Amino acid sequence: MLNSVTVTVNGAPVAVPQGASVAVAMVIAGAPCRTSVSGEPRGPLCGMGICFECRVTINGIPHCRSCQTECAPEMKIRTDE
Amino acid sequence: MVLTQRFDILVIGGGPAGMAAAVRAAECGARVGVVDDNPKLGGQIWRGEPDQQGSNQDGKSEAAQWADRFRRSGAAMLCGIRVFHQPQEGILLAEGTDDLVELRYGKLVLATGARERFLPFPGWTLPNVMGAGGLQAMVKSGLPIRGKRVVVAGTGPLLLAVAAYLRKHGADIPMICEQASWSSLAAFAVSLAGQPRKLMQALQLKRELAGIPFIPSSWPVAAYGLRTLEKVTLALPSRTETIPCDYLACGFHLVPNLELPLLLGCQVDNGYVTVDEFQRTNLPQIFCAGEPTGIGGLELALVGGQIAGLAAANQTSTAQGLFRQQKKARRFAQALDRTFQLRPELQALPQPETIVCRCEDVPYSHLRPHGSWRAAKLQSRCGMGPCQGRICGPATQFLMNWNPDSVRPPVFPARVESLATIAESSEQVCSQAMGGER
Repeated sequence: MLNSVTVTVNGAPVAVPQGASVAVAMVIAGAPCRTSVSGEPRGPLCGMGICFECRVTINGIPHCRSCQTECAPEMKIRTDE
Repeated sequence: MVLTQRFDILVIGGGPAGMAAAVRAAECGARVGVVDDNPKLGGQIWRGEPDQQGSNQDGKSEAAQWADRFRRSGAAMLCGIRVFHQPQEGILLAEGTDDLVELRYGKLVLATGARERFLPFPGWTLPNVMGAGGLQAMVKSGLPIRGKRVVVAGTGPLLLAVAAYLRKHGADIPMICEQASWSSLAAFAVSLAGQPRKLMQALQLKRELAGIPFIPSSWPVAAYGLRTLEKVTLALPSRTETIPCDYLACGFHLVPNLELPLLLGCQVDNGYVTVDEFQRTNLPQIFCAGEPTGIGGLELALVGGQIAGLAAANQTSTAQGLFRQQKKARRFAQALDRTFQLRPELQALPQPETIVCRCEDVPYSHLRPHGSWRAAKLQSRCGMGPCQGRICGPATQFLMNWNPDSVRPPVFPARVESLATIAESSEQVCSQAMGGER
């Protein structure tokens, strides 16, 4: 991929286009962003920072809205903590 | 730590309405600041990428022209900042990535924009079921869509714009389902007759969407998949059809973001902030422009924003020159509301087990027994999660006819540290009021 950035999603490397949001990395990785209170997998819905469905842990900071955060090299994204 | 910023005119929202307000006010010499939650200016429509918009005869898109004018105007841009509280009139508190910002203003222009309306149906919580604008935003943020199969469904002109955008980027669109009927769409088309620019846009869209079935009076009834979306069932006028797909782009027109206007005490009538011709709200010093005053799209945003900016800078006679254009844009907004009204059949979409509040996983059957939004919130936790009812509020308003509750701070989830700062400052106020004794 031209001008790509590599991040890790739950430890596995994922290459995304430069400037891509973390939400995009999650969809490319095929990983749900969070597990709902009743145990359902959830992914981005509104794409604009309003629904909070796409929240993930980024570099140790929990509850980050992945659609509002741009991927940076070596960013560590987790959904299991 | 708290950073204080002072502006003659503070604009909340950096979409077209906010940018236009800021430009006109700053060009009059006022000290202007624009605050937006998003990382870039441009709002949801431009998303900080003016180069990707259609160009006009001068070779420069409208977005690029406004972006240039904004840079030259001297208005300050504060992106990635969320307003969550008004401790007293003339002061707003906002939260950045790691600090708290105190915004002091002489006049305020609210240009908070709109969001998509979502309606619950079985399977709507599956990953890869997204808003129509939501999926477009994801693609604009780098999601590869080439070769993906995307069903577009819901209501409103956004569906067509999104379908055209996705197709241009290589998506395969098997069908566009619009819940409005042919007759209301035809009446809408007739109302465009006096608006050559809109007609041109419509014809352009028609070319871009050539070959894609556009089906009025149709809507999604269920989405299926094990861990992610695999297929969607659509109710078509004479049958139902199930289509395998990678994404369902589904939104039911737009609803204005009224949380901040309501928190500040702006009068809201029929779902929109009440404004006069100068975009003034019922509150002195507070103006409002764009979608919160009527879902009218780009034209209403640009003209309303300009009027608000000029009026806030006391340039009322220049503002008056835009009234004719404003009137036309407001008529268009009314026509949109009429055309894309939700049909009652959609109230029957959720099944008893269908989740309505996605934050707290509250199913439809748990909401039915309650008589009001407030009762449902207190007893089922509906609307009590991090989105604060922004998604399920408009849905329950349509499904149950519930009216939204009063808005209380914080209007946006804020960090404990930020809330502690408010608590400290109000403690100081209290102790001062009590003669310094604690």
